[in-house]
Order: sequence, then structure tokens, then C-alpha cells
Amino acid sequence: MALLEIRNLSVSFETTAGRFFAVQGLDVSVDEGEVLAVVGESGSGKSVAMLAVMGLLPDTATVSADAMRFEGRDLLGMTPRQRRALSGRDMAMIFQEPVASLNPCFTVGFQIVETLKRHTKLSGSARRARALELLTAVGIPEPERRYASYPHQMSGGQCQRAMIAIAMACSPKLLIADEPTTALDVTIQKQILDLLLNLQTESGMALVLITHDMGVVAETADRVIVQYQGRKMEEADALTLFEAPRHPYTRALLSALPENAVGGRLPTVAVGDWGVRT
Amino acid sequence: MTESAASPPPVSPLLENWRYFARSRGAVLGLTIFLAMVLMALLAPLIAPHEPNLQYRDALLTPPAWTEKGRATFLLGTDAVGRDILSRILHGARYSLGIGLVVVSIALTSGVVIGLAAGYVGGKLDALIMRLMDILLAFPSLLLALVLVAILGPGLFNAMLAIAVVLQPHFARLTRAAVLAEKNREYVVAARVAGAGHLRLMFRTILPNCLGPLIVQATLSFSHAILDAAALGFLGMGAQPPTPEWGAMLAEAREFITSAWWVVTMPGLAILITVISINLIGDGLRDTLDPKLKRS
Amino acid sequence: MSAPMSPPVLETRAVTRDYETGGFPRPRKTIRALKGVDLQVRRGRTLAVVGESGCGKSTLARIITLIDAPSSGEVLIDGQPVDLRAGLSREMRRKVRIVFQNPYGSLNPRQKIGDVLEEPLLLSTSLSAPERREKALAMLARVGLKPEHANRYPHMFSGGQRQRVAIARALMVNPDLLVLDEPVSALDLSVQAQILNLLQDLQEEFGLTYVFISHDLSVVRHVADEVMVMRLGEVVEYRSRDEIFAAPEHPYTRTLFAATPKIDLERIRARLAAKASRARGA
Ligand SMILES: Nc1ncnc2c1ncn2[C@@H]1O[C@H](COP(=O)(O)OP(=O)(O)OP(=O)(O)O)[C@@H](O)[C@H]1O
Ligand SMILES: Nc1ncnc2c1ncn2[C@@H]1O[C@H](COP(=O)(O)OP(=O)(O)OP(=O)(O)O)[C@@H](O)[C@H]1O
Ligand SMILES: [Mg+2]
Ligand SMILES: [Mg+2]
Repeated sequence: MALLEIRNLSVSFETTAGRFFAVQGLDVSVDEGEVLAVVGESGSGKSVAMLAVMGLLPDTATVSADAMRFEGRDLLGMTPRQRRALSGRDMAMIFQEPVASLNPCFTVGFQIVETLKRHTKLSGSARRARALELLTAVGIPEPERRYASYPHQMSGGQCQRAMIAIAMACSPKLLIADEPTTALDVTIQKQILDLLLNLQTESGMALVLITHDMGVVAETADRVIVQYQGRKMEEADALTLFEAPRHPYTRALLSALPENAVGGRLPTVAVGDWGVRT
Repeated sequence: MTESAASPPPVSPLLENWRYFARSRGAVLGLTIFLAMVLMALLAPLIAPHEPNLQYRDALLTPPAWTEKGRATFLLGTDAVGRDILSRILHGARYSLGIGLVVVSIALTSGVVIGLAAGYVGGKLDALIMRLMDILLAFPSLLLALVLVAILGPGLFNAMLAIAVVLQPHFARLTRAAVLAEKNREYVVAARVAGAGHLRLMFRTILPNCLGPLIVQATLSFSHAILDAAALGFLGMGAQPPTPEWGAMLAEAREFITSAWWVVTMPGLAILITVISINLIGDGLRDTLDPKLKRS
Repeated sequence: MSAPMSPPVLETRAVTRDYETGGFPRPRKTIRALKGVDLQVRRGRTLAVVGESGCGKSTLARIITLIDAPSSGEVLIDGQPVDLRAGLSREMRRKVRIVFQNPYGSLNPRQKIGDVLEEPLLLSTSLSAPERREKALAMLARVGLKPEHANRYPHMFSGGQRQRVAIARALMVNPDLLVLDEPVSALDLSVQAQILNLLQDLQEEFGLTYVFISHDLSVVRHVADEVMVMRLGEVVEYRSRDEIFAAPEHPYTRTLFAATPKIDLERIRARLAAKASRARGA
């Protein structure tokens, strides 16, 4: 049985121009210990789909799905309370905009300790020790000093790493990472990815990795989903995707790598329907 | 996709906001009640069954019409000197609503401007303004209002001015606190880089993001204003008897609380309903202005 | 390019920046986020800044965009030293624009995107409202967004869409110098290509000068004329793109290049095979 199973997920928003489907008919399944990468057009509903899984969409969104199960438990039928207990402990998410997702009023250390308090039975001093350990693990220099820093006193990448530390605090079974390394330089990106992959091999955590960086996909993912305008265009294992992409959109996307510039211009992907019904 | 390609026809902001406002049932209910009150106030001379100050000596403290001893001509009963309560409430609406609106408008406007200046400029000006506000807040509000009326001279308008001055520091502090939280946010910096001057930054960029608490405070202040005006009137510093002002009616009726409940209840209900309707409007307004609750 | 005698659009001399942290109840501390940065960018060129996360790139960006004053040192725009404490002229403000690293934070939550884009025009041109609207919609299209997006609020956008809005805003009035702090980090390859091409077009057309902060070395290689590598608030290497990519000198630069993820079919094959065998073993 898959750890996370979603069938026919649709998310729509009411707009003045009618109903807008941000996600349409999406099937996702993630096994224990698997790394699933989600790539695709900006605005194609990657974040919205994962926020739907976490139950974190605003009220203006309408979510529907044939099935949405985590460890066999039905997520749609859960009370908000059960859902909250699950998210943060068994299911965690690293949000796309790190600075916006940290609470500006509390120190970073406090925010990690809060998560530990809610979901574990550690004592006060053990929580602090664990928080420092996490900050060290995500490569934040001088963790003691950073423990007492407020989000606005940290750089974009430091905030992002703090977010990662919070998400990993309770060793979740499923970690959804929405572009977790966009603000990180490549050395720290490597460190973070190695950390996530280690966690994943050691504890069998499943990882859903939303990213735009094909290099990251190539170095971490087992399976890849390519999304365009709210729909899944292609699903393949990492090797197949790079070796022999089947879908024309995937091929077009891969051809837009900056390495492929001709005469200083980059090939762009024409806005087409790529088999999406209009 | 399901999005239409053409850009939708631009809707005037007012109409758009009205649509969002209209979606909230409570807000529409509040607005309806409030408008009904205003209408009543305007039409009072036409619809009131009696003269508000006419004393029916043969009908002192008549209970409301639906009770045993009630009389049909006095729908809500009469007071201790035999004046028809319904007529007094209708006429009183003119004074009370007017007091509430004028006082809150003055207090809100001045408080927001003062608070914005303090929070935005900061430094010495901030310290100066805030100490002044602290001084105003340190006095019991009624006492301060009394002193002010004593200086300005008694009368309804001066009383309103005094109450506005007393309520104003609450708005100033609230605005300042919100401005302090917002002014260092990156979007403010971004607007500055885009070339926005100080006034634009204060009123167009920062202020709209501080409105939530201000609206709540404004709706709460409305009832304060009515009651304070009544208190001043009671002390002979505001509206003078026999002006049928709701707060004054309440104050005059205190001694009959146990013997004739309707004399206190009716003006009290009038104030309560007004305040509730205004609170509903305030909530609706806050939600209307909150982009998070809007559809695109 | 410009005449050899014209001063560089941007020059910094020994710029430093200190941050105060701590304070009650902890002791106060000063951190030096920038330790003397010198740089020069000529008209129509692109300087790429790369470096470790937290090394002071955004701090530098805020200083050269004249948002914060340096703790010491000097910033010169078009050869004129700028003193923030003395106030900025409108003209000076118009010259430099920035795309912030955190696009969501830099958009007013209560301002519709259309108004966001029109604001710079309103403030520094005398265009009429319909003309402003038209320009805003045209710019939206150039960054790959649709006209109906103009009526939306920032929270209704995806991360990459917000980033594009932030870029569009900076391009609404033609600045002389544009500082871009991680402008394409949240964009997919195709939109990234579109944006990079747009930046290049504008550079060719209007001689724009860019300071381009990025972590993506393949993007840097594509856009940069010069590359500056920073670490712990210091510049460790600052040379032309071709030199630096051909023969990185500083060990940190070499570490950076080595850590860049690559698409290597053999490695993917090996990795997947290892994982499969581990799974069978377990
Ligand atoms: N609250 C909202 N109201 C209306 N539309 C929304 C809202 N939130 C998201 N959308 C729309 O839903 C679509 C999908 O957004 P989503 O954030 O999932 O994109 P994404 O795939 O994560 O893109 P990116 O890579 O740029 O982050 C976008 O077109 C966005 O404009
Ligand atoms: N307001 C502040 N108060 C205290 N320290 C700060 C403040 N802002 C930034 N810093 C510190 O200054 C250093 C440089 O920050 P900066 O944001 O410039 O880094 P960066 O190079 O942009 O990093 P990233 O790539 O992660 O965005 C960091 O160590 C950060 O913690
Ligand atoms: Mg996203
Ligand atoms: Mg930064």
C-alpha cells in the first residue's frame, strides 16, 4: 500500500471569469522511502496540490478528490483536529516562501521548540538541545546565536534552512518540500539534499520534492511527475525522463536549459495546449 | 484552461466592494437596520405619534401597549412625566446617531493622522505625541470631557468635540502600533524604491494595511460616544433636558429601574440595536477590505 | 559599449555594513555582514554575484539600491557619490530599481497586481490612466502572465508568478541600474528562459545595467559579463565570466563549481540501481 495516495484530485478557485481549476484530475502516489520529484510550469498547481494534501488551502479553494489517503487513512473524511495532529508530526511541509512562512514575532529557536512541544514528549532542555542539533544539521553557522535570531535578522537562505529544521523536527513519515533549496547556494543545497536523502534512507521517510532545478531532479529523484496547467503531462522514473522523455512538453522544457542557448538566446517553450483540453 | 482569454470588463472599485459586502448576510442586515434607524430619525416629526416633549399628566408611567395596563396610544409606554417613549426614541435618534457619527468621525480622523505621523516619523515626534496621548489617557475620560466642556462652554456640539478628544488617543495608539509593525515591511521599501513620497507611503501604502483593528475600535467607540454624551448631558454639560436624547433618557430613568422597567429598557434597546448594527457593518467592512477573502 | 571615459554606472568603494543584534536581555553584538566590497559596473553590462548563503549578497543589494546606507565606504551612481542621509533626489531614485529576493514580502497585500505595476508609472511619469493600464498589461504579457491577473491580489499567485510580477514592476520605468536578487529562482526552465531573454532584450535596447544575484551557476554563465564570488562578507574572486568559468582560482569557487548538480545519465542509472538493490536487501 502506498504511503500517500491521491486519485483524481481537483482544486478550483472562484474567479470573476468563472471557475478556475488550478489542479485537475491529478493522481499521485508515494511509497515509503521514495523520492518523488514534481516539476513543471510555474503556476501549474504544484504547490496548490500539495497544500491540498496538507489541508492548508484558504477557504476560497474548492478541493475534490476520489480518494486521498495517508497510510490508508482517509484525509478527506478527517476532522480538522485529526488533520492538524497528523500534519506537523507524520506529514510535514517545507513551504515555498520561507520568509513568509516563519512567524516574524518569535525567534527561530522558539519556533522549532514549539513544534517539538506540540508533537513530542521531550523535556524542556532536551527540546533545546534537539533544536540546536537541527540547526547544526541544516548547516546554519553559530547555531547558538541563530537560535535567538528573529526571521528578519537572517538571510533568505538561513530562513529557508530554519524552515527545513522545523519540518524535520519530528521526523515525519512524509516530507513535502516545496522548492526547498531555491535560496541556497549549491554547496549548502548539496548539504541539505544529502541530509534529506540520509533521513530518507535511514528512517524510510518519503519525500515529495517540488523543484525547477533539473540537476537536483537528476541527483535525487526516483520518480518524476511533470505538470502543466494543472494536469499531469508525464510520469516516469528519473532515468527515463532524461533519457527518453515521452511527452513533447517535457522535451521542450528540458531544451530550455541555459546550457542550450543558441547565439545568446534561450529556446523558450511556446505556450501550447500540449494535449491539455482548453 | 477554463480561464477566459479576454480580460474581464473593469468593475468600479466601489461596486466591487459592494458586491463583497453584500455577500455577508450579517453586514447587510446591519446596514439595513442602521439605514432604517436613520430613516426613522429623518422622518421622526412625521411618524411619531406624539410630540416628544408633550407631557400627558393623566398617563404617568403607562406601561407598553401589549401589557395589561397598557394603552394603545402609547405603544412603548410613557415616562415619569407622561411623555410618549416611542416618540422620544424616534426624535432622539436624530441626536444620538448624530452624536455617534460626528464623534467617531472626528476621533477616527484625527487619531489616524496623529498615529500615522507618530509611527511613520518616529523619533522625537513619536515620543512627544505618545506622551501627550498618555496624558490624555491618564485622566478618567468623563472628567477630562467635563473639563474640556467647561473650557469650551456647555452645549451639544462642544460636548461632542470633547468626547472626540477623549476617544481620539485610542485611535492614535492603535494606528501607531500597526504602522510600526508595517513600516519596515519589504513592500513599503519597495514602494519607496518605486518613488513613492512620504504622504503616499503613509496613506496609500501603509494605512490600508492597518485598517482591521481601527474599524473594530470605531464601532466600539460609537456606543461610548452615545453614552458619554448622555453622561455629559446628565451633568448639565451636554444636551439639555428635555432634549429626547437616548443616553439622557436612560439617565433620567434610572430611579425607575425597579418600578417601571420599560422606561429604561426602551432607550437601552435602541442603543443596543444601533450598536449591534454598527458592529455588523464594521465586521462586514473589515472582511470586504480583506484581500484574503476575495475572489480574483 | 560606452565611451571609455564615461564613469561606471555603479561603483562601490570599501563598502561595509554592520548589523546590531541582541539587546535586552542578551548582550548587544555587532555583526559585520559586509567587509569592504569594491565593485564597478559599466553601462550595459551585467555583474553576477554568487556566494554562500548568508554572505551578504542581499545586504549589498540593499546598499547599492540606495535603500540602506553603508556603515562605511562609498556608493557612486554615475560617478556621483550618494549620501542617503542627505536625502535622495527623485531623479536618483528613478535610476536604480530592485527585484527583491522575497517577492511575496515585497508586494503590498492590499494592492492589486495591476496597481502594483502602475504605481511606478504614476509616480514618475505623466501618463494618463488608460495609457498606464495598457503599459501594465503589456508588461504582464511580456513576463508570461495574463491580462486577467491584473485584477488579482498577490496571495492569489504562485511563487513563480509573484516573482514575475516583481520583475515586471522593476521594468515598468526604464531604470539605469537594475539589481536582481535571485530573480529566476522560482521559475521553471521555460519561463526562466523567457525572462532571461526579456532582460537581454531590454539590455540591448536601452543599455540597462544589471547586478544579478543568483545561485544557479548555469544561469550566471549565461547572463554575466563579470562574476563576483563572495564568502562571509568578502569578495574572494572577481573576474570576467570566461576567465572564472575556464579556470576558477579560489578554492571556494572551485567547491561551488563542483557542487553544482548535473544531469548525468550514468549517475542516475547507478543511483537508481543502488537504491533498488538496497530495497531488495532490506
Ligand atoms: N488563492 C488563490 N486564488 C486564485 N488563484 C490562485 C490562488 N492560489 C493559487 N492560485 C492559482 O493557482 C495556480 C497554481 O498555483 P501554484 O501555487 O500551485 O503554482 P506552482 O505550480 O506552485 O507554481 P510555482 O512554481 O510558480 O510556485 C496559479 O495559476 C495561481 O495563480
Ligand atoms: N536585520 C539584520 N539584523 C541582523 N543580522 C542580519 C540582518 N539582516 C541580515 N543579517 C545577517 O547578515 C548576513 C548577510 O545577510 P544577507 O541577507 O545579505 O545574505 P545573502 O547573501 O543574501 O544570503 P542568501 O543567499 O541566503 O539570501 C547574514 O548572516 C544575516 O544573518
Ligand atoms: Mg509553488
Ligand atoms: Mg539574500
